[in-house]
Amino acid sequence: MNLTLRVWRQANRHEPGHFEEYYLRDLNPNMSFLEMLDVLNEQLTREGREPVAFDHDCREGICGSCGLVINGEPHGPGYRVTTCQTYLRAFRDGDTITVEPFRAAAFPLIKDLVVDRSAFDRIMQAGGFISVNAGSAPDANAILIPKDVADKAMDAAQCIGCGACVAACKNASAMLFVAAKVSHLNLLPQGQPEKTRRTLAMVQQMDAEGFGACTVTGSCEAACPKGISLNFIAKLNRDYLSALLLGK
Amino acid sequence: MGAVNMELKSQIPPGPLAQKWERHKANLRLVSPGNKRKYEIIVVGTGLAGGSAAATLAELGYNVKSFCIQDSPRRAHSVAAQGGINAAKNYQNDGDSVERLFYDTLKGGDFRAREANVYRLAEVSANIIDQCVAMGVPFAREYGGTLTNRSFGGAQVSRTFYARGQTGQQLLLGCYSAMCRQIAAGQIKMYPRTEMLDLVVVNGHAKGIVTRNLITGKIESHAADAVVLATGGYGNAYYLSTSGRGSNATAIWRAYRRGAFFANPCFTQIHPTCIPVSGDYQSKLTLMSESLRNDGRVWVPKKKGDTRPPNEIPEDERDYYLERKYPSYGNLAPRDIASRAAKEVCDEGRGVGPGGLGVYLDFRDAIRRLGRKRVEERYGNLFDMYHEITGENAYETPMRIYPAIHYTMGGLWVDYNLMSNLPGLFVIGEANFSDHGANRLGASALMQGLADGYFILPYTIGNYLATQKPDQRPKPDQPEFRAAEQQVRERVKKLLAIRGRKTVTEFHKQVGKILWDYCGMTRSRQGLERAIQLIGELREEFWENVNVPGSDEDLNQSLERAGRVADYLELGELIARDALTREESCGCHFRVEYQTPDHECLRNDRDFAHVACWEFTGDGNTPVRHIEPLIFEAVQPTERSYK
Repeated sequence: MNLTLRVWRQANRHEPGHFEEYYLRDLNPNMSFLEMLDVLNEQLTREGREPVAFDHDCREGICGSCGLVINGEPHGPGYRVTTCQTYLRAFRDGDTITVEPFRAAAFPLIKDLVVDRSAFDRIMQAGGFISVNAGSAPDANAILIPKDVADKAMDAAQCIGCGACVAACKNASAMLFVAAKVSHLNLLPQGQPEKTRRTLAMVQQMDAEGFGACTVTGSCEAACPKGISLNFIAKLNRDYLSALLLGK
Repeated sequence: MGAVNMELKSQIPPGPLAQKWERHKANLRLVSPGNKRKYEIIVVGTGLAGGSAAATLAELGYNVKSFCIQDSPRRAHSVAAQGGINAAKNYQNDGDSVERLFYDTLKGGDFRAREANVYRLAEVSANIIDQCVAMGVPFAREYGGTLTNRSFGGAQVSRTFYARGQTGQQLLLGCYSAMCRQIAAGQIKMYPRTEMLDLVVVNGHAKGIVTRNLITGKIESHAADAVVLATGGYGNAYYLSTSGRGSNATAIWRAYRRGAFFANPCFTQIHPTCIPVSGDYQSKLTLMSESLRNDGRVWVPKKKGDTRPPNEIPEDERDYYLERKYPSYGNLAPRDIASRAAKEVCDEGRGVGPGGLGVYLDFRDAIRRLGRKRVEERYGNLFDMYHEITGENAYETPMRIYPAIHYTMGGLWVDYNLMSNLPGLFVIGEANFSDHGANRLGASALMQGLADGYFILPYTIGNYLATQKPDQRPKPDQPEFRAAEQQVRERVKKLLAIRGRKTVTEFHKQVGKILWDYCGMTRSRQGLERAIQLIGELREEFWENVNVPGSDEDLNQSLERAGRVADYLELGELIARDALTREESCGCHFRVEYQTPDHECLRNDRDFAHVACWEFTGDGNTPVRHIEPLIFEAVQPTERSYK
């Protein structure tokens, strides 16, 4: 198949960016979207032009490195898949595809399609952990956790931290990410001692990073490659309220 | 070059196997709490080994500098491990024990691992599960609230703990959260998007690294009292592998060039259950977790060139070759054996799918026995992943799988304390060689990474640090650092100056194909000699004809890859040379000249029950092969049979 790509090119956050158009011929529909960008980059390199910078690593949908806005949708048209798990069979021969970076004030651009998502790391550093030093744990089966609680915690814990929720949100809110992270730990018995402090600290850091407010439109859940549920945002709001009341 | 300690002292403590680690811990030198804060430790890599080590060392009070090439430590490729983590908990009451996990792992490695290390690994495995649960890792559970288990290849008990098909992710997020806590506390200084490009050796001791900031291109030196490498394996030398695209060998290869010995480089694991290659544009191969072989049955048609759709091939015309050849382990035969068996049936012309390079992994019987819902619960996300990649529904038609490079058992040589022959250089996780011998069992990589980082290195590193005076730590403006920085700068400039006609990827694909063809599932003297010659020629061409666009002063992903591929062009030759000199077959290393009448590995314990440790002797010189004899005190190596 043949495709036309409109790709966002920007040398760094200080220079203005623009779209460049590229034509790709004889692509295999079983190619992944990133493999198509590999082909483009090989072509650009041979032509003596600079390849397009984009983040990627595992290419199996789990590391959370990749993240492109494809035709206006974070991670593209696929349902619950990352960019790397998007295949050309999702497009039609002759299509023009627009490729942009995740856009949010809290994710400053680095180059082309690469953005800085370290705000997520700083939110985690504010409280996304259970304080237990190596060596001081009791026997694993001494902590009984009902299967449905463990399953629910796992539903939240599978967030890959890609940032698609932020890119999809009109307010660039990070509520779904923070909700997933807070809920994973707050649901588990091990997470109870630090629950109040964690909830307050992580929300505070989220605000300090400049993410927008949540108006519960649900675009985050729709864009999330792991299908993290909006219900976790409700839970975060609940946990936050009770943390405020407990006032620690 | 730093001074090289020529004697390989494994430092295995005396005494009965079961008491070695306990006694050793009691004899290790300690650093007092008040003194720990005076020491600086560099940890390179933030996967399970590096992440757990950085967090634990920081908890102990050391000052840690942690480096990773990804934008966040949470993305290291441990994140992609699917199936699970082994531990000798015996929660299933099915007869598991430390002894049994030890024996399975040693036998799984075809008796080419160090006995005392493997025993210690089995011993601390149970602590890992305790620690991870306490940190909030949501392992799968029974309705009563206790932890549940499944089985993996090479074991006859259920000792594998798991979190759906995302065990590696959950364990890594555990390490990452522990790191986050220490970063916030100021005990870890984190350097993301930073690549180590050289090791700095001062007076024969590893005392620092030279790094490149991948965003700004800035080249910098970092000094420390000890350096820990946790940079994973070198499977990407083969181009197509299940590794992350960024995983690379540069850190360990630069350390090798500075005098650290490289052990058993030819022990490269080829995993039997990966999604087959579909075209030459392909950038990586995706693993389908070994856990699928708990319920999936592997088969090919009995007839050659049978092109009927799988569901139309009647039962008596199917060859469930693993069940036929290895009745006691069946579909859970270890990886090396299952991979070779797949290659054998494909070589006979009975492979399925495009090019005949595939075998079926069939869930029809499991769905009949358990119902689709139970199968979905166990493997749902893996079936989804298979569907995303291939567009096929594995509930209705069998998966097609084929072997692919997955893990490297070889790595930098370390002693029992996980210290390399270069004092002060510690190597943990996949980057070292010590625990898996010639073949790693499933669910053991996560176990080893975390054992090293949480429970072994934090003890043993103190033994070294206690001999070092922190006020005499070298400064990053010393001549050794300046010289290493200069070499790094020159190499970067040289790569950018060539402006040849071939892209980095073309060279990478070529070296990968040479390794896969001649140093993959089967190897021969003639093929390996050819590989050494071809890689040498390709390396020469690379330095004359590679085209690296862009500059060294900003994010330049072509430049990053060029440096790594340049290293594969050296490492690839060492892999082939090691395979050539190991004149036996063992585990993953199958030399066609050395096989039993029924095509199994023919080990040669008299001449090759040793670790091959390679010493760099300068560019253009043949590296020197040293050996560390493997002494088995508790176990007598036997023929490794899974029949």
